[in-house]
Amino acid sequence: MTKTPISLESLKNSLFPTEEGGTTEKGNQEGFAPDRKFDTDVEKSSLNVENLNVYINDNHILKDVNLTIPNKKITCIIGPSGCGKSTLLKTLNRLIDTNDGVKVKGKVMVDGENIWDKKVEETHIRRKMGLLSQRPCVLPMSIFDNITYGCRINGITGKKKLTAIVEHYLKAAGLWDEVKDRLNSSAARLSIGQQQRLCLARGLAVEPQYILADEATSALDPVSSKIIEELFLQLKENYSIVLVTHTLRQALRIADYVVFMYMGEIIEEGTAEQVFKNPKKELTRNYLSGVFS
Amino acid sequence: MKLKFIEAKIAKLLMILSTMIVFGCVASIICVIAAKGIPALSWEMISELPGDGFYIGKEGGFLNAIVGSIYIVGASTILGLAFSIPVVFYMNVYLRKGSRFAFYARLAYDVLLGVPSIIYGAFGFTIMIYFGLRTSLLGGIIVITLLIIPILIRSMDEVARQMPRDILDASFSLGATRLETIGVVMRQIAPGIATATLLSIGRAIGDAAAVLFTAGYSDSIPTSLSQPAATLPLAVFFQLTSPIEEVQNRAYAAALVLTIIILILSIVGRIITTHFSKNKIQ
Repeated sequence: MTKTPISLESLKNSLFPTEEGGTTEKGNQEGFAPDRKFDTDVEKSSLNVENLNVYINDNHILKDVNLTIPNKKITCIIGPSGCGKSTLLKTLNRLIDTNDGVKVKGKVMVDGENIWDKKVEETHIRRKMGLLSQRPCVLPMSIFDNITYGCRINGITGKKKLTAIVEHYLKAAGLWDEVKDRLNSSAARLSIGQQQRLCLARGLAVEPQYILADEATSALDPVSSKIIEELFLQLKENYSIVLVTHTLRQALRIADYVVFMYMGEIIEEGTAEQVFKNPKKELTRNYLSGVFS
Repeated sequence: MKLKFIEAKIAKLLMILSTMIVFGCVASIICVIAAKGIPALSWEMISELPGDGFYIGKEGGFLNAIVGSIYIVGASTILGLAFSIPVVFYMNVYLRKGSRFAFYARLAYDVLLGVPSIIYGAFGFTIMIYFGLRTSLLGGIIVITLLIIPILIRSMDEVARQMPRDILDASFSLGATRLETIGVVMRQIAPGIATATLLSIGRAIGDAAAVLFTAGYSDSIPTSLSQPAATLPLAVFFQLTSPIEEVQNRAYAAALVLTIIILILSIVGRIITTHFSKNKIQ
């Protein structure tokens, strides 16, 4: 394994624990696999949005959205600012529920369960749907505690287990080599690119089925953005990723499936090739060609 | 020279001037207290209770007031924190963004913050008469608690409101409940809690009007909550109104002790704040 923190080889090794040189070796010796602590089953996961309408303070933000997110693919939601991309993303993990004046109609089916059903407990939904926000937001604690926070609130205890988890996920996010000597220092002191990778590692540590990324690279420098993009490409083998972006070139580089939204409606969706090369709708064509943005 | 550079120079000069005026005022207060207080201050003053003729200039000290102040301030700070921390968390973690209720609650605390302490004293006094209670340590503690709760809430709330809401979202998206998220918020606003506590201690220890009717005054150290308790501000007040110069100077000694206590608390507060700030997200 190379020492370079961002080498794809090292990322691959850390993401696929069954391979030789995988990082769970230590964990396995102790009978604990840091990446199999919850009963997450990505293979069987499904995410469908049915007739979703969202109103914020009586403004109709999302209009009749119907969408199926393909498994183990990168789905890019593109569209001009204010078209409801972020709202849609936050509806998928009920984070929008923390705002006042929000009314949601319709269904978001995760593994056959409507997450907007009143009986559903939102915390377990949010754990399934890891969110990576636009600006990295580390928690006001050490690097170590940032990674283990999610695990601890979900019932994982024990110093050995937590240490194995921290190592595994920091490696998965390509951050281990940079921070392994200062795990107990404040996460706020990391550079912004490192913070975003820490946020990704923190999100992965609770074993989500989906990664929801809200313009996750827009606040980062080009080098850090590239690292995150490469991580996504690696991660899609184990996770389904929904990425909101208004950088078309980014969507072109990494998307498998593209959803184009305009004024709260889905105008067109399809495989990246289909949408980018043969857009069916006039509006999509105009957006892609830069008539408006 | 261009006009804008002259403007800049004048503005800077004015700023320096106001800084100096404020600093000068504080320094002169401390100088007067020190100049008059140090000669009157002795070990006897801070280690003994008032003797028979203390208020006409004979032997004794004001240990009763020092202990009384510490009792009242200590107990009311603990009680005040116990009531105000949940309020701050409720307004900032549980209520949603833009909540009307939080708006009115903040307005109410702002009004309470502006109410003069003599009103709190009078309010406490009325309640005590209603229940047939006499001036007591308990009465003083309750009224001082009421007095500092708005200070605690508003100053902690300001810090909590400046906290990036992303921290809450980050915690929620890991599957945390609101109660679990409080643990995260606590780490972020810990320096604010320390500062608020310090502010309220400063206010509580220095307030005379609120304890005048409620805690009363006594020459002995209270041994139960129902006994009246002396406080430093009232010790200053009563001795300063004496016609005897020696007694007046003892008032300055008491004021000096009060100032030193506040100074020590401020330094300790600063150290604690710095310690808690190390993980804070800017």
